[in-house]
Amino acid sequence: MAEAGLIDKLFDVRLVVNGIVHTVTVPARRLLSDCLRHDLRLTGTHVGCEHGVCGACTVLVDGVATRSCLMLTVSADNAEITTVEGLAEADGSLSPVQQAFADCHGLQCGFCTPGFLTAITAALADNPEPSHDEAREIIGGNLCRCTGYQNIVKAVLRASELKRQRTS
Amino acid sequence: MFGEPIARLEDDRLLRGHGAYTDDLGHDALAAAFVRSPHAHARIIDIDVSGALDVDGLVAVYTYEDLPGRVAEPLPLLIPHPALTHPRTGFPLAADEVNYVGEPVVMVIAADRYLAEDAAEAIVVDYEPLPAVVGVDAARDGEHLVHADVPGNVAAELMQSNGDAVAAIATAPHVLELDLTIERSASSPLEGRGVLARWDTESKRLRVWSSTQTSTGVRAAVAAKLDLALADVDVITPDVGGGFGVKIVHPWPEEVLVPWAARQLRRPVKFTEDRIEHFMSSAHERGQQHRVRVGFDDDGRVLGLDVKFWHDNGAYIPYGLIVPIITSTQLLGPYKPGAYRVEFTSLYTNTVIVTPYRGAGRPQGAFVMERTMDAIAAALHLDRTLVRARNFITPDEMPYDHGLIFQDGRPLVYDSGDYPASLAKIKALIGWDSFPAVQAQAREQGRNLGIGLACYVEGTGVGPYEGAHVVVETSGKVKVATGLTSQGQGHQTVFAQIVADELGVPIGDVEVTTGDTRAFGYAVGTFASRAAVMSGSAIALAARSARAKAIKVAAAALEASADDMEIVGGVVRVKGDPASAIALGTVAVLSNPLRYAFDEAAKAATQFAGGDIDKPPVAEGEAPGLEGREFFSPIRSTFASGMHAVIVETDPRTAEIKILRYCVVHDCGTLINPRIVEGQIHGGVAQGVGGALYERMAYDETGQLQNASFMDFLMPYVSEVPDGIDIDHLETPSPLNPLGIKGAGEAGVIPSAAVFASAIEDAEGFPITAMPISPSELFELRQRHSG
Amino acid sequence: MKPSSFGYSRPESVAEAVQVLASIGPDGKVLAGGQSLVPLLNMRLAAPSHLVDINRLSELAFISVADGQVTIGATARHADVLRDPIAATAQPLLRKALSLVAHPVIRNRGTTVGSIVHADPSGEMTAVLALLGGSVRMVGANGQRCVPANEFFLGPLESDVRPDELATEASFPVLPPSAGCAFVEVSRRHGDYAICGVAALVELDEDGIVTRARAAYLSVSGTPLVLDLTAACGDVGGDLVEADFADAGRLAMSQVRPADDIHATASYRRHLVGVLTERALHEAHQQARGRAHG
Repeated sequence: MAEAGLIDKLFDVRLVVNGIVHTVTVPARRLLSDCLRHDLRLTGTHVGCEHGVCGACTVLVDGVATRSCLMLTVSADNAEITTVEGLAEADGSLSPVQQAFADCHGLQCGFCTPGFLTAITAALADNPEPSHDEAREIIGGNLCRCTGYQNIVKAVLRASELKRQRTS
Repeated sequence: MFGEPIARLEDDRLLRGHGAYTDDLGHDALAAAFVRSPHAHARIIDIDVSGALDVDGLVAVYTYEDLPGRVAEPLPLLIPHPALTHPRTGFPLAADEVNYVGEPVVMVIAADRYLAEDAAEAIVVDYEPLPAVVGVDAARDGEHLVHADVPGNVAAELMQSNGDAVAAIATAPHVLELDLTIERSASSPLEGRGVLARWDTESKRLRVWSSTQTSTGVRAAVAAKLDLALADVDVITPDVGGGFGVKIVHPWPEEVLVPWAARQLRRPVKFTEDRIEHFMSSAHERGQQHRVRVGFDDDGRVLGLDVKFWHDNGAYIPYGLIVPIITSTQLLGPYKPGAYRVEFTSLYTNTVIVTPYRGAGRPQGAFVMERTMDAIAAALHLDRTLVRARNFITPDEMPYDHGLIFQDGRPLVYDSGDYPASLAKIKALIGWDSFPAVQAQAREQGRNLGIGLACYVEGTGVGPYEGAHVVVETSGKVKVATGLTSQGQGHQTVFAQIVADELGVPIGDVEVTTGDTRAFGYAVGTFASRAAVMSGSAIALAARSARAKAIKVAAAALEASADDMEIVGGVVRVKGDPASAIALGTVAVLSNPLRYAFDEAAKAATQFAGGDIDKPPVAEGEAPGLEGREFFSPIRSTFASGMHAVIVETDPRTAEIKILRYCVVHDCGTLINPRIVEGQIHGGVAQGVGGALYERMAYDETGQLQNASFMDFLMPYVSEVPDGIDIDHLETPSPLNPLGIKGAGEAGVIPSAAVFASAIEDAEGFPITAMPISPSELFELRQRHSG
Repeated sequence: MKPSSFGYSRPESVAEAVQVLASIGPDGKVLAGGQSLVPLLNMRLAAPSHLVDINRLSELAFISVADGQVTIGATARHADVLRDPIAATAQPLLRKALSLVAHPVIRNRGTTVGSIVHADPSGEMTAVLALLGGSVRMVGANGQRCVPANEFFLGPLESDVRPDELATEASFPVLPPSAGCAFVEVSRRHGDYAICGVAALVELDEDGIVTRARAAYLSVSGTPLVLDLTAACGDVGGDLVEADFADAGRLAMSQVRPADDIHATASYRRHLVGVLTERALHEAHQQARGRAHG
């Protein structure tokens, strides 16, 4: 058990977030979710549970969908991180996944949404044409309390369609 | 725009990660954390904070002893009732006793949440544990008391009746008795509670942001506790990550303490609840035990219905008797029993407080009524829908007065609805009549299929009022403000749809603000599926008011008759003469005669620019500006209704329960945005599935919550909800508001326990009287019934 | 919920990791995927004095098949193992079990060796290691040792790894040519810990008679329970149905002592042991027949 009065040792951590290089100086116990939100002021990534179950905190670490509440900032040293703020196209328009959510009414309160967007973005990179059942599996690890998931499943398939349209 | 399934205006911002939820704000604020009781019932002997003082970054530690005056008083009893004879509420920090695991005892303020938790962990509280009262049975038997001065743990007893049910049952040809139980669950929004407070030392004003369902409620409570004038407190509801009822409670202890600390310390302070705190120190709902006696005739018509139930209200009762009163009255559903008697006892237990969770007592009522209907059908070997149809209130009987008092203190009178039509629709949608053949065929293949159906009526649009302010700016933009709050229902969109139609402006020019006391200071809050009805109506009225003024001003300026004017695309014009037109923004300029010209637009309205010199620039009874400000206060609630049907398959060996089809027929009057209504239904159904098959609060006998995390409190993922929901609508417009709207927010969740119990019973062939049900529980029931 | 303070090291080599572990005392902990550990830290249910982050040990990010073993390095993610076609061919049980572990995003970061060291009796991979008779290699200041599965799991959440040791790899025997495997489980929600799970291995002789039938059980005991059900599988060859494994199911039911918890009763768990044993053995048997006939 750590003693009270112990001042956390600080570590310099280099993070490339949405293409921009940041250096933060944080204690080892600083969670990546808190670093993104409070040290870098990228509050789009949300915290729903801090035990890795809800998925609201999901970001891409070196392209891989990861629970940022279960990662220490120090572990992410030199990683390339993509958060929801980095998903839009270069010209500022919504990405296919983001646009699909708007088209399909895939969000209500919006709190869980960033975690879905990043997870789906990564999944479609691996599997651009998921079946209906695969779409359900893709979103299978994220909790939403508002939408009941019906329109989120539709959004995954719509995103796939938009991606196809945009690349052709 | 009204009635159009347009995409939402709030989405772009949220999809880009530019939402602003409470924890996203106040990066400069100090962090609050709490020492919370680890015991369900205990006396506080001593609090030793010395260990916290060594923690680097600690700013302050507060116990009950530090709280002054009103802050040290018990939290308010929000909704008193004559039957609530023994109301008890908690203190913001426990004084000398704790009554549930999670009750706040010490508040710590530190530089960040990590350090605040370090300090909290170092504080040692010495408790003397007392016997804990957990569950209805223990509370009712009264061997131990939650509050020493509340005999039998009884907070309240309330009976309502219409006719003499006992006599009717005594003489009925058939009588049945049922014992039915529903267990606790909780709203569990993805965003927990949060409050941020800033005290302005110069203007001596307080600004509070809270993830609440009622900013005016929080303001009134905080102002009262901190001895401030309402005018010196702003409460802003930022983006909220779901409410589902739990965030209507106010003030939370933290909502009093954090603003108070901000003023004490002259520093902004923020509290962001974590998930475990949300389970252990917010609110739960649904736990009730019912005993039903029903007398009926050979046709299955209910002659007398006598319901006695016990409601677990938790350790304190700040929200009064709303939930059991709703159960008592909404239990009736779409039916007209010959006579009805309902009596409840609300009991204290050493557990988290019980306040409304989406449905707010209706799911329990629907469960009881629908199980009773199914039991009658089974006893008489009649089709379950036939028995229901024979008991329906019919359209020609509307308005129907049940002779009871509803949760708003007003008579329970159904204004409209067509239950026979809904029944026909749901039967067609699910394939009710052809199901027996499907079921028989499945049985031959060794598969257990079952079908269930459940009906409900929901009183929505409860008063007392809501208001709206519509302002047309000189730019032509229309700013709309209403005081109630939003948690994802798409208010920015649906309210803009109303204004776009009423005022005749492009929807892109309309901007809606909700839940900000600076923008609109009179409001009640978002709950009871009331926002579309209440604020929707007020907004329509305010927009109409602004429209009338715009036409009057434009007509005068164009020297036309007001009757010949219309507003299309933001332009006020003479019908059939497009050249004779003024843009709404210019009308706004004209409506405000000025002395000084600030810009080109203002120049047009200055005192030398024109106008009738024989009339005053602002006519008597008028005000400058192009605005409408109106309130809507209905005579009573308006009644939405619906029916759900489900086909399930139960595994003969593992007892796992699978949903094959789920159908909804829904009547919420006129729809502003069908897509948003459908989204509400989807979400409600998912919560209903959770509540029927997965979620419950697992307290052990010492009052420890054993599943205070998402690992063990089983909120559904996509894999647990039906793959597709078939929805059909009926629209019986409400006669009680200008738009004909009835609320839609809670509908999806109300009949769930009932419909699943019905379907599982149909699959298994034995009664299901307790919900939720898990495969393990179904297996144990099978064992019990096979012997 | 924020972790309490801890010291932190991020070694760049196994040797360095071992050195750090030796120096930090008994309250240190290895951080690999963190999907089991960090929730405990966040809830302050664990408060190690020092974490040794091994995620940079790329030398341990391997998955190899050699000498009749599939060997997985300590920093190989569940997702990597799941994707690996050679491992899947050599030992199909790995993929069957891994696809039931939590959800894809958790599998992206969680490590297979980490979950084995975590020794959760509800963990799929602990059951797989136990069933197959695999082993774990540990490296410490005093050298390295290899511990077989049946000596590795000491109790719930307790494995034989000493505080100054780093588990570097786990090895799983490959599936013999005329054998089949299966993994079946019942959980409350998709991806949750199993209420009851069974991993099964069935081997046939050239006449299609079952020569070996073993099953490992999740969530019915404090450490993975492995049962030899060969005797109950009879000596009939040919195409068998689930019901043909009913005796094996009953035998398994008589051997387990599950507990009640908030999700399931002990009697339900025992019942599932019977049902899932039949299902798992049947599925494994089907696969064995398929492999035996080429």
